[in-house]
Amino acid sequence: MKNSVGREIPRELIEQGWQPYQGKDAYNGTEFQKVGPKIKVADQGSEEKVLNSIEEAIRACGLKDGMTLSFHHHFRDGDYIVETVMREIVRLGFRDMKLACSSIGSAAPIVADCIETGVVTGLTTSGIRDRIGEAVSHGKLKDIAILRTHGGRIRAIEQGKIHIDVAFVGAPSCDAYGNASGKGGKSNCGSLSYAEIDVMYADQVVVITDTLVPFPNKPSHIEGIYVDYVVEVNEIGNPKKIASAAARMTTNPKDLMIAEDCVRVMRALPYFVDGFSFQTGVGGPSIATTIFLREHLKELGIKIGWIVGGVSTHMVNLMKEGLVGCIADVQDFDLGAIESLGTDPRHFDISVSEYANPFNKGAFINKLDFVILSALEIDTDFNVNVLTGSDGVLRGAAGGHPDTAACAKCCIIVTPLVRGRIPTVCDRVVTVTTAGDSIDVLVTDHGIAVNPLRQDLIKHLNAAGIEHVDIHTLRDKAYSIVGQPDDIQFEDRVVAIVEARDGTVMDVVRQVKPFSISED
Amino acid sequence: MRIEHKAMAGTLESSDVMVTVEPAEQGIQLSITSPVIRQFGRAIKQTALETMERLGVIDAKVTIVDQGALDCTLKARLESAVYRSVGITENIPWGRDNV
Repeated sequence: MKNSVGREIPRELIEQGWQPYQGKDAYNGTEFQKVGPKIKVADQGSEEKVLNSIEEAIRACGLKDGMTLSFHHHFRDGDYIVETVMREIVRLGFRDMKLACSSIGSAAPIVADCIETGVVTGLTTSGIRDRIGEAVSHGKLKDIAILRTHGGRIRAIEQGKIHIDVAFVGAPSCDAYGNASGKGGKSNCGSLSYAEIDVMYADQVVVITDTLVPFPNKPSHIEGIYVDYVVEVNEIGNPKKIASAAARMTTNPKDLMIAEDCVRVMRALPYFVDGFSFQTGVGGPSIATTIFLREHLKELGIKIGWIVGGVSTHMVNLMKEGLVGCIADVQDFDLGAIESLGTDPRHFDISVSEYANPFNKGAFINKLDFVILSALEIDTDFNVNVLTGSDGVLRGAAGGHPDTAACAKCCIIVTPLVRGRIPTVCDRVVTVTTAGDSIDVLVTDHGIAVNPLRQDLIKHLNAAGIEHVDIHTLRDKAYSIVGQPDDIQFEDRVVAIVEARDGTVMDVVRQVKPFSISED
Repeated sequence: MRIEHKAMAGTLESSDVMVTVEPAEQGIQLSITSPVIRQFGRAIKQTALETMERLGVIDAKVTIVDQGALDCTLKARLESAVYRSVGITENIPWGRDNV
């Protein structure tokens, strides 16, 4: 059976109850019953939740083979929590564990070992990279991995599709009763939004901190009412890798050109009026776009009403200059953003449900005007891949990409036309992570293309004299530079399901096939 | 053209390719590594064989360590390596047939 982006959904998945993706608005008006966690009522006589070690916490939780553990990714490449906990899991001889991560990357190579040895047999995450991506793509994980968007992960938790037995939450500061914060410690990360929903739905919650502070640790991002145990360790992470000094502005002329064109497109659209809302990431053209917006805002005498999502110093600077009303934060990319969060009352954190959950009563991104996103690949149907590399191996993150693209009134993809010999614009992306029905404009260093579904935008760009071409022209240009790529060959076995934000199947990722040049 | 001694051209920088040619018996022995081998391995092989044929190289061991180079870069590095291997370093007949 094919879904609405033309991807074949294997029959065995349909038989297991998976539904094919049917478009970004297919779930509107859906009703469902939320699940709730099992709560062990606190002993009223005990005023502390502190245990001496992670092993003690694992034993106190009554951890068993086959249970699901959750982790958050706010410490990014500086994270020590996953590594520390999984080392104990291995040492204590547990098997068949299922991991539910908001994202997982290069900081936890032990997870790749655990997948190889069967200590970990299940995985759901939004991002997957390095050795863990290799292990899954080479078919080492026993279960099929499920790759979820940030909003889709929260929906799956609230629907009970992900049941978290134990949530491990790394926190820069915490009191002995479990009130935890992303600030106030040695290794601050700012917002803890990705953990906020986990602790509400996990049966048991363990906070791991390296800075134990007096009660009450308020304001807290994680409330003690959700926390069973607190463990103090020497280091929760490497502060240098958790947050850089400031996300760097690119000097790459291609990126700068793309960013300039992106801002020109934004300005030509009717959403570019006083009080508009804006989101972007920290890629080269994205930060440049944020910086270039300043002059246009000043010239027109307007300001951005609010910014949502991941936050960098550049956004904070715009707010300080009075060009942004407020920032709704789910993740902080650098020290300037961390410092500002909660210090300036206009800069506050929101949970990931409030940010991007498709199955609540209205997330922030439902009201978003512009989102500027990147892509590894985009095809002539405007489908975007941000998950698999050109070798077919998992090495990226869906993150909030499909969520924000689906919701924003205008989603602009900014990307160079080719990277090395890899064409970004192509006939057919390896993996669809974000459906073409969610993507509105593509801005490259070789031209702009508008999704023909958005004739309204085409009219505005034409009126503003902004040149744009059919996306097939950009594909032809890319192929004229790098040549036409061969299709990547895969085995039949499905190793990962790319779940759309509403829980349907957007695409599947298959096991990579050993490649030999002499086979042709 | 007969490969006289081992010669190299190119670098391991991104978007470049390092080509090594060495004397060999019995035809072209090709070795290719590339981060884009699944999409462009066939194209790289074809360009390498065509270039060797065009330069009249019949016996050679050709090692290609690609870092995502475009086809034009690959051709230039192949030619450079071959000319260096026969001691031609001036007035190089770039892109020319059989010298």
